[in-house]
Amino acid sequence: MSALKLENVHKSFGDHEVLRGIDLDVAEHEVVCLIGASGSGKSTLLRCVNLLEPLDAGRIWLGDEEITRRGVDVNAVRQRIGIVFQAFNLFPHMTVLRNVTLAPRDVLKLPRAEAEARALDLLRRFGLESRRDEYPDRLSGGQQQRVAIVRALAMRPELMLLDEVTSALDPELVAEVLNVIRELAEGGMTMVIATHEMSFARDIANRVCFLEDGQILEEGPPNEIFASPREPRTQQFLERIIEAGRL
Amino acid sequence: MASEGDRRSDPEVERRSRLLGGLHFEGEGARGVAIALLSTVVFLAVVIVAVTQSTGWPEVKRSFFDWGDISSSFPDIARAFVLNVKLFLVCEVCILILALVIAVLRSLPGPVFFPLRALAVIYADLARGVPTILVIALLGFGAPALQLTGVPRSRLFWAGVGLILVYSGYVSEVYRAGIESVHPSQEAAARSLGLSRFQALRRVILPQAIRRVIPPLLNDFIGLQKDTALVATLGIVDAFNQSQIYSQATFTYGSYLAAAALFVAITIPLARFTDWLIARDRRRRQAASGFA
Repeated sequence: MSALKLENVHKSFGDHEVLRGIDLDVAEHEVVCLIGASGSGKSTLLRCVNLLEPLDAGRIWLGDEEITRRGVDVNAVRQRIGIVFQAFNLFPHMTVLRNVTLAPRDVLKLPRAEAEARALDLLRRFGLESRRDEYPDRLSGGQQQRVAIVRALAMRPELMLLDEVTSALDPELVAEVLNVIRELAEGGMTMVIATHEMSFARDIANRVCFLEDGQILEEGPPNEIFASPREPRTQQFLERIIEAGRL
Repeated sequence: MASEGDRRSDPEVERRSRLLGGLHFEGEGARGVAIALLSTVVFLAVVIVAVTQSTGWPEVKRSFFDWGDISSSFPDIARAFVLNVKLFLVCEVCILILALVIAVLRSLPGPVFFPLRALAVIYADLARGVPTILVIALLGFGAPALQLTGVPRSRLFWAGVGLILVYSGYVSEVYRAGIESVHPSQEAAARSLGLSRFQALRRVILPQAIRRVIPPLLNDFIGLQKDTALVATLGIVDAFNQSQIYSQATFTYGSYLAAAALFVAITIPLARFTDWLIARDRRRRQAASGFA
């Protein structure tokens, strides 16, 4: 059974059609990387899966539940999907620990002690335990993004969506965040990752999808896509990436 | 710890500069203080000389600045002032709640909530458009005349209702500005974790919004506190009305000064209290962090 399935997903903002018929099937424990130029629809795709944007057409299943059907409980769906944003989006008025325990306590109704134990376990695992009482603005970008990942993991999601999580980071901070994601992948987490980090995608992905103009133009195992892309436009995109020294 | 370079972010320094409000000594150290002192003394001397040399001064001095007048009217006015303070406190609590409800209604997204948003807009426009003194007169004289059962008929009650309605219009706009200043990505982050719209509002958006608007909220409350004197137009004996009664009996105006002093005496602590709240918030955030 697939963990996530998209069927003919369409989404427009005004006159601009951002997603033009996306079909995607993600197996359990699979890591899928979405690559493509800015504006190709990667972020919108992830926001649609998390129901942050309503679809214009198409259907999405999470496990065996169709989450785009009428009357679906969006809050219940979102509990099962963790999303991490490019700009971290931590809650600035809460400590690290409170950021991580907010949803487990308010949504899952866990007792405080249990929620904190769960949060501290995760913070320890990712080397953030000493930062538990800090406010986000006192952390480095890399630390903030790791906290954002921990905050999503605290809900024990069955699927993680990562939306260019290293794009807002200084270059020297990228590795610590990528290592966290690598660890998640090794732990068997199902993930859909929109990224500009091509070598990371080549390393970690089971499958790479190249998006252009709101469509998946080409997909396959990373060594196939990066070594011998079939589509001329995939070739062009990768050539530009290589010229920029990013692969 | 704090090196020379980050002295400016030192919480203690920031707290002190906040307490001093707009007072800035441009030159550093003793020289700056000396210059500030000297210029203040010169300025005051010029003002005092100009006022006391004016032709009307002896008359003004007799009717306004008679210490006997001021001090003998003070106890009565202070007793009447208790009414202003009570009215202010009760209204303030009601306004904080009602205005928040209105602001939240107005920020509801989607076409379903259009009627509620429209009502909130109309309310805010009306409440801010009609002069406060008119609202108080209309409600104070009009509402008791309806003789509704189960509703108080005291003019004081209706004057309070008038103040609440007017100020909720202003305060709801302040709240709304705060809500809109919180970036939409904050709501997206909260909703993506499975929080409901209400939970996101309560835990994530409002705490940030309200923190940002405490100073403008305070401004509105200083205005409210002064406007409690408008109940005098309904014949209710508050501090202003009491000082008027005194003034008419003695043909002097010292009692007005006594009333003014009372109003100022509670406005200033209110301003300092807000400064303290802001500073405390800042201090907490900095104390909680290991490096500074």
